Amino acid sequence: MSKHPETASGTLLSISDVERVFGGERKLFGGQTPAVHAVQNISLDVRKGETLGVVGESGCGKSTLARLIVGLDSPTGGTIHFDGEDLSELAKTDRRTLARKVQYVFQDPVASLNPRKTIQTILEAPLKHLTKLNKEGRKKRLEELLGAVNLAPEFLERYPHEFSGGQAQRIGIARALAAGPELIVLDEPVSALDVSVQAQVLNLLDDLKNRFGLTYIFISHDLSVVESVSDHVAVMYFGRLAELGPARDIFAKPMHPYTDLLMRSAPAPGRHDLLAEDASAELPDPYNPPPGCAFSARCAYRTEKCLANRPSANETVGCNASHFAACYHPLASA
Amino acid sequence: MTDATMTAPAQAKKKPAGRPSTVALLFNNTLATVGLVIVALICLTALAAPFLPLPDPDVTAPANRLMPVFSDDHLLGTDHLGRDLLSRLIWGTRVSLAVGLSATVIAAFFGSLLGLVAGYAGGRVDTLIMRGIDMVMAFPYILLALAIVAVLGPGLLNALYAIALVNIPFFARNIRGITLGLSRREFVDAAKLAGKSPPQILFIEILPNVLPVIVITMSTTVGWMVLETAGLSFLGLGAQPPQADLGSMLGEGRKILFTAPHVSIIPGLMIFALVMSINLLGDGIRDILDPRLRAGSLSRPVARTKVIRDPKDIPPPSIEPGVLDIRDMRTEFQIGGSVYKAVGGVDLHLKKGECLGIIGESGSGKSVTAMSVMGLVPTPPGRIVGGAAYLNGEDLFGASDKRVRDLRGGSVAYVFQDPLSTLHPLFTVGDQLLEAIQAHQPLRGPKAKEKAIELLSLVRIPNAPERLAAYPHELSGGMRQRVCIAMALANDAKVLIADEPTTALDVTVQSQILTLMNGLRRERNAAILFITHDFGVVSAICDRVAVMYAGRIVETGTTAELMENPQHPYTAKLIDCVPVLGQPERRTDAIEGRPPVVNNLPDGCAFADRCPRVQAVCRTGQIDLEMANETRGVRCLFPMNMEPRDVKTS
Repeated sequence: MSKHPETASGTLLSISDVERVFGGERKLFGGQTPAVHAVQNISLDVRKGETLGVVGESGCGKSTLARLIVGLDSPTGGTIHFDGEDLSELAKTDRRTLARKVQYVFQDPVASLNPRKTIQTILEAPLKHLTKLNKEGRKKRLEELLGAVNLAPEFLERYPHEFSGGQAQRIGIARALAAGPELIVLDEPVSALDVSVQAQVLNLLDDLKNRFGLTYIFISHDLSVVESVSDHVAVMYFGRLAELGPARDIFAKPMHPYTDLLMRSAPAPGRHDLLAEDASAELPDPYNPPPGCAFSARCAYRTEKCLANRPSANETVGCNASHFAACYHPLASA
Repeated sequence: MTDATMTAPAQAKKKPAGRPSTVALLFNNTLATVGLVIVALICLTALAAPFLPLPDPDVTAPANRLMPVFSDDHLLGTDHLGRDLLSRLIWGTRVSLAVGLSATVIAAFFGSLLGLVAGYAGGRVDTLIMRGIDMVMAFPYILLALAIVAVLGPGLLNALYAIALVNIPFFARNIRGITLGLSRREFVDAAKLAGKSPPQILFIEILPNVLPVIVITMSTTVGWMVLETAGLSFLGLGAQPPQADLGSMLGEGRKILFTAPHVSIIPGLMIFALVMSINLLGDGIRDILDPRLRAGSLSRPVARTKVIRDPKDIPPPSIEPGVLDIRDMRTEFQIGGSVYKAVGGVDLHLKKGECLGIIGESGSGKSVTAMSVMGLVPTPPGRIVGGAAYLNGEDLFGASDKRVRDLRGGSVAYVFQDPLSTLHPLFTVGDQLLEAIQAHQPLRGPKAKEKAIELLSLVRIPNAPERLAAYPHELSGGMRQRVCIAMALANDAKVLIADEPTTALDVTVQSQILTLMNGLRRERNAAILFITHDFGVVSAICDRVAVMYAGRIVETGTTAELMENPQHPYTAKLIDCVPVLGQPERRTDAIEGRPPVVNNLPDGCAFADRCPRVQAVCRTGQIDLEMANETRGVRCLFPMNMEPRDVKTS
């Protein structure tokens, strides 16, 4: 894993040692409010044109990571570089420049559209503020955008509540595309949609990626969706990376027991034997994190070492040199 | 949980003509209409004061002092200086209204501005503004107004400033709360990413969403402001003599209350009528602008869904014995002028210990089907218009309200999608479990507690005795759903209706819950009606499946049969578009188009527009669910992997 973004060729986004702590402020009369590490020691690179899938259960910090990448939030430690530039610095000084390069698609398509604005107003906002297009140019671009996401032009005059989830998500995607970004962060873009619509949106995203040469960071809790879209996958647990590597390797030979657990819990048509853990399997208390591996309480392979020490993100390297797992006792370690 | 009921009103908005307009809603509310009429009358009279043939309100005539009501030339009599009371009343009302309204507008403007800025900026700005507001609120309002008037000197205009200032906190606090909530919404983040600056976000994105609240607050405070104006004038700090104002008229009449009561009673009555009617109107406006009340009429939903069915046309129970037997059930929603047939004739039957899955896209009517069984569909706008549901042979739609109440949570229990909103946030898990038990069983004290602990252990919650004292927010999503299942099982339910119980949960927790439910139904021999949109979940738990589309069952069969050999093109498509782990290339084609809106279903097959095998004959007549055997059936003229039906082409 490269700590120097300049050296890696083709790297678009480079995250090194990023940390985001919530709370921990000084109180009026001394003392500190309790602190939670939402994201900790995350280092990863995203190459131009690839899709990085980020998987994890709710509360694992994947959405916090997404907000850091688009500059809606800034890290309390570590750096994020986009194309060699410090992204969090850019977010503070020149948000518009950043917004031209990095965009975001929200999980809840309807909630991400202002209920009192027409689709035209919503889609024109990024064109107005982020591009130098004049009125004519904006009109042309709007038509292009609607065409790109397969929506009829008459939808422009309507309000968000008149749309189904799938249509609203297309509008969300069109908005993200408007200013011609290089990187789009998709935060659970299909989890609020019906399966039938989910496939439509996934196909659309594939198509747009090829057409506009986009780079995606695709966040989801659904492994099968992530598998079908990703080139690389990052599995997160309790704010840290559990496993990182090429999608093919991770899904064929998961090294971290947590990845394996996720894969075996996923329901699939025709599958009857779901793996079920004990009810006592719970996430650790975020205010009082365990000293060792956060997953150890749920892990069948844990040893004294796991309880006492925390494995580093690249504790184990798989057969592919870019496949890492934060585990002392990886599965099928070859 | 009720995706169909949620989408029905949303779809209704496409036809504004079919929905009651704002004005119609206002006239629907009798009290508000009365208020509106009185306010309109008073305002018109006050506005017309210069044109009415009234004597000068300020001209004194000591000879005619204290004339009683209904005297010649003076309809309402005269005051202690012989001035015409009717004239003074109308001119006075004019002043009071003008002051009250302007004070409201000023307070609304500055209060909202402060609230918007404080709510959006947050942090130090918020603290600074809100502590300032708190200081204003800490004084009794009349004292503060007195202090302001004392500094500025008495006079109507100064009274106006004082009243406006005193009322700024009401607006500021209200608006700040709303803004705080709105500024954390996703569309605000989206506006940031679209390159909008904070003032643009605040005034272009947030303000339009706050505006209804400002109007509501204004409409409910105008009356109060008029009253405060009168109060200050009564104390001699507002309108100065000889100017007439309702408060000062009252103050002047007070001294002669016993000798000439009409001098004070008349302005008193006017204040009463004015404030009362403004408040009635304000409440009416609030009800209309409240989005929760906009969807339907203003009447309150009742405890049980209304059943309107032809007594001669009640289908008999099926021959096969079953715990729950639903026959030709039809549920509709009446919204505005259109009728949404959410459930259009559903037959289902559940045997003991069996798990039947209902699967379909959102809006297919699967949730409404589940809710209709125990009459949980809100009326209005919902109603059951036909069919029957038999629980062990007893017709649930014909049962008394009391009987249905006994059965709810007793023989038939529900588990909903979102356990956090199902559980009461202010009571402990133990309290809620005890309530569920004691609603149906005469258990008290330690016996009931024992039962609660037993239930929590049954759903495999570790440390059950300690967990009784936990509040819902202290538990994880999976644990909360376990508690909900425990509550559903509290009274040995025969039928468990689970409406997407695992959709909100993580995969690992989902598999735990599914395994738990599967084990429990085996142990307790309870039947489960499992509603989901996920074929993976169906495979994991259901014995049989019914696929719903546009309010009807389009295919049914045992899970294995239906998954291996889907006959309806819709089922096949639905299974095909599920991504499967280990087959990343599988996602090929989606179902194009959208399900039809159920207020305007086409003739023939509802799926025809999206179907790849559609033929002309599919769009005519009624297509029945044809059962090949006891469990297997399909509603299609040209089923897949089967001989087509004999279609009579006439």
